[in-house]
Amino acid sequence: MKYLSALAATLFALAIWQGIVTLTGLPKFILPGPALVAETWWQNRWVIAEHTWITAVEVVIGMAFGTVLGVITALQLANSRAARVLVQPMLVFTQALPVFALAPLLTLWLGYGLWSKVAMAVLIIYFPITSSFFDGLMRTPSGYLDLARTMQANRRTVLWHIRVPAALPSLASGMRLSAVYAPIGAVIGEWVGSSQGLGYLMLLANGRAKTDLMFAAMLTLGVFSILLHMIVRRATARMAGEMR
Amino acid sequence: MIPAPDLTISGHASIDGAALFAPLTLTLAAGQWTCLLGGSGVGKTTVLRLIAGLETGAKFTGQITASDGQPVAARVAYMAQDDLLLPWATVAQNVSLGARLRREKPDLARRDRLIERMRLQNHMTKKPSELSGGQRQRVALARTLMEDRPIVLLDEPFSALDARTRADMQELAAEALHGRTVLLVTHDPGEAARLGQSIVVMTPSGLTPCQPPHAPAPRKVDDVETLETQGSLLRLLREEVA
Repeated sequence: MKYLSALAATLFALAIWQGIVTLTGLPKFILPGPALVAETWWQNRWVIAEHTWITAVEVVIGMAFGTVLGVITALQLANSRAARVLVQPMLVFTQALPVFALAPLLTLWLGYGLWSKVAMAVLIIYFPITSSFFDGLMRTPSGYLDLARTMQANRRTVLWHIRVPAALPSLASGMRLSAVYAPIGAVIGEWVGSSQGLGYLMLLANGRAKTDLMFAAMLTLGVFSILLHMIVRRATARMAGEMR
Repeated sequence: MIPAPDLTISGHASIDGAALFAPLTLTLAAGQWTCLLGGSGVGKTTVLRLIAGLETGAKFTGQITASDGQPVAARVAYMAQDDLLLPWATVAQNVSLGARLRREKPDLARRDRLIERMRLQNHMTKKPSELSGGQRQRVALARTLMEDRPIVLLDEPFSALDARTRADMQELAAEALHGRTVLLVTHDPGEAARLGQSIVVMTPSGLTPCQPPHAPAPRKVDDVETLETQGSLLRLLREEVA
């Protein structure tokens, strides 16, 4: 039923798209129809696959680094008042900066290749991961902490045996969010400076008025992000307590 | 187990300058069940939390002492209305939680004996969500016993259970905690009448000691004197409100 409704929604969207193309009679370099985009996609499938692979690698490495960094930061923040006072405002400030503005800088510092895109993905997911996990760590049900106190627990064991496990569902929602954000970060990085990846392909196709190829690359990115989100969702189901 | 001491708390508590409870002195007799009975908001849970060394939000002036002169808070076990079982840990892990939190090696043989005593041996590897309310409270009791402390503080541990399970749990707890200095905080006159070897009613004006029934605790649910005590306790609670 779930798949059936997804299929219906997709067909409906395609019908509207085709309807607009037919009704307005826009030239194909302005708005190509779904059939043309599908054809272009098929013709360029190997090129698209190659660029998708590049973007996927950037996203996955970025998510791994971003998650580890976010988890470490959240643990430090939760563990020390000094860290909260010193680091938290900075964290919020960095989030207030538009990542678009940082992308050229990162390209300047880290070069044209993989790492400037990884850094973009890391930057964009670092805050959601940190803040969701940190919130979880600070919201441990007080009854557990009372119990631990009467048991003469020390701070470290309370953190590992109670606060961290109790915060895992929050971390899971941060990770799910990051699966949606990380590809955006990587693609922004590619726009600013690169010679490969889906962002690069989109920009290239757009510049040459190959709007159909641009659409094909964009839809591929969309499908990739949805798949990534589904995978992360599944992988974190246990953490989120959905399989308890 | 170390012999249980007498315990005395005396003093008064206030929140932001407003008195939470007037100066009082409560003595818990060694190795006995003391039931502290009172309505909501009279500060009976605060008394228990003060003894346990937990955060109360109130300013307490006074002292809490044990007859053997040893510190109190380090020798208490605590059980609340919420079973406080960790949902991600199994029954067995929950029972031995204290040892893990203190980085000690849990006595697994003892843990298994306690689990068996609570008739939970078929649930060892289950998560709390797979258990009924009564079973969960039995796990919490096993965890409390595993701590093996001479002083046990019970904060309405049975009030969320249905009548039958509650009566079963009262008997099980009375038997299992025999010989320890127990403080049971409750708002249920019936519970106090069944379990109290000493019964104290707490009201805004202070503490009123009451005569417990003569039968040894836990008393039968239909014991006439117990039912009469329940009635008179309830009357006392209602008078104070009026």
